Amino acid sequence: MGLFKDLYINDSLIVASSPHRVSDVTTSKIMRDVIIGLSPALIMSTFNFGFQVLAMASVCIAACIAFEAGFQYITKRTHTTNDLSAVVTGLILAFNLPPTLPYWMAITGCFVAIVIVKQIFGGIGQNFANPAATARIVLLLSFTNSMTTWAKPSIPLFGVPAIDAVTSATPLMLFSNGQLTELPAKIDLLLGFTGGSLGETSGIAFLIGGTYLIIRKIILPAIPMAFLGTMIVFSLLIGIDPAFQIFAGGAMLGAFFMATDYATTPITTKGKIVFGIGCGLITMLIRVYGSLPEGVSFAILFMNILTPHIDNFFQGRLYGRSSK
Amino acid sequence: MNQLDTKRKDKIALKSIFMNGIIKENPVLVLLLGTCPTLAVTTSAVNGLGMGISTMIVLIFSNVFISIFKNIIPSRVRIPAYIVIIAGFVTVVGFVVKAYAPGIDKALGIFLPLIVVNCIILGRAEMFASRKSVLESTFDGAGMGIGFTLALLLIGTTRELLGSGMIFGISITSSLIEPMGIFLMPPGGFFVFGCMIALVNKIMKTKKITPKQEMGCAGCPSSASCNLSTVQEDLEKNKSEGDK
Repeated sequence: MGLFKDLYINDSLIVASSPHRVSDVTTSKIMRDVIIGLSPALIMSTFNFGFQVLAMASVCIAACIAFEAGFQYITKRTHTTNDLSAVVTGLILAFNLPPTLPYWMAITGCFVAIVIVKQIFGGIGQNFANPAATARIVLLLSFTNSMTTWAKPSIPLFGVPAIDAVTSATPLMLFSNGQLTELPAKIDLLLGFTGGSLGETSGIAFLIGGTYLIIRKIILPAIPMAFLGTMIVFSLLIGIDPAFQIFAGGAMLGAFFMATDYATTPITTKGKIVFGIGCGLITMLIRVYGSLPEGVSFAILFMNILTPHIDNFFQGRLYGRSSK
Repeated sequence: MNQLDTKRKDKIALKSIFMNGIIKENPVLVLLLGTCPTLAVTTSAVNGLGMGISTMIVLIFSNVFISIFKNIIPSRVRIPAYIVIIAGFVTVVGFVVKAYAPGIDKALGIFLPLIVVNCIILGRAEMFASRKSVLESTFDGAGMGIGFTLALLLIGTTRELLGSGMIFGISITSSLIEPMGIFLMPPGGFFVFGCMIALVNKIMKTKKITPKQEMGCAGCPSSASCNLSTVQEDLEKNKSEGDK
């Protein structure tokens, strides 16, 4: 009964006669929980790459808030910076960037995420694609060199590093190049002691954050489970290590925080499962057969675009009509 | 006296036909015709200009010749006949570009021969040249051609500046900041194209250049070339005949 109630209330818009019971869930409360869910990963990332992580995150958050407020001021729309959604977008975008990226490129990404993807289409809840995923793709295609120069974590937090940063290949780049013997140990992948963007590193931190969101009922487990489950099944079918695939790269960040965005994912649970399977499948196809080492953001963007069609396919039965 | 008046009227009419293609019925930014070459070749200002001028020359000559032959061409085979005329001029232009501007020929590639099926040219043949006099068709071809060239030049310049930091191959900002490569790729093309359409809409709105009828077939700028309204009339006719 409990599960049924959860699914029912989360999945459908109940239209009934009054009296209505108003829930105390607000956008800013949801976004606050998402920020709490992202904080373990931020801490692990800071530990791995040093304070440049915090600087990058602050720049992205500040730029996102500034662009949102600025756009709403210029177009004379209601100001929505208080709902914290711009903060979440900035934080997730920062997780998608390499820590050594020049700040002006990160700010360009924030402009794409907030103004082009979110505000031009009508603001929060109206965007058809995930702002952070789209901004990452725009940056990746525009500044390919800077976006694929990965710093090697040197734990410089408590010591004085001799040099600013050492570049290294990400685990997925090694996998893509076929250097299978040089892949990092599992424990390094779990804790994030590998090269990559801010959020591409620590699997455990994202598992903790994602579990927190599921317990707080901010997200349903359908999309992350289907996403990661598809990746595991695909890996087993073609005979590669499934644990490496889900802990390397941005799969964890994507599955828990980017593919669960309310506005850009299907409404029904069945639709969410299809969405998750699609994401996992495209990610694995790009990683194994494509020319790019990582495909999580492309997979999420592609499935975002398919979302209206998935929703059409899984429309509920209208009351008083036959099922077909 | 009377003759002078009609002459002046003709002049004004020709001028409005000419100006129509440049802003009010700009083939790319208002009629949204010829989107394929627009997005594909505008990676630099030179390519945009080359494509625009080639198309303009073909457009003027095909408009003139279709207007001359409009009474000879049977309406049933008019489309193949138009295509033959257009293809003839495209071949001429293609050879000229190949001989005198091999760089542009290489950059435009398959899109130069594909001017044959460019819907702006076929559209103007169908909705203008096949009904109007030779002089009017010439002005229409020139106006539409210049409108197309200007739009392509504008999109090409923007994409080249943002995508490689240059304009006409001269470095402007490429030494200051790293250019955004995405503007040279299809997504950047769509993005600049969309922004230009929005800009033109904004200008049209502030200048109050609005079509006379906003709704229905009569208000549609492509109504002359599209047969939907006549199909509907036929349907209604058939229906009423069936009722009888």
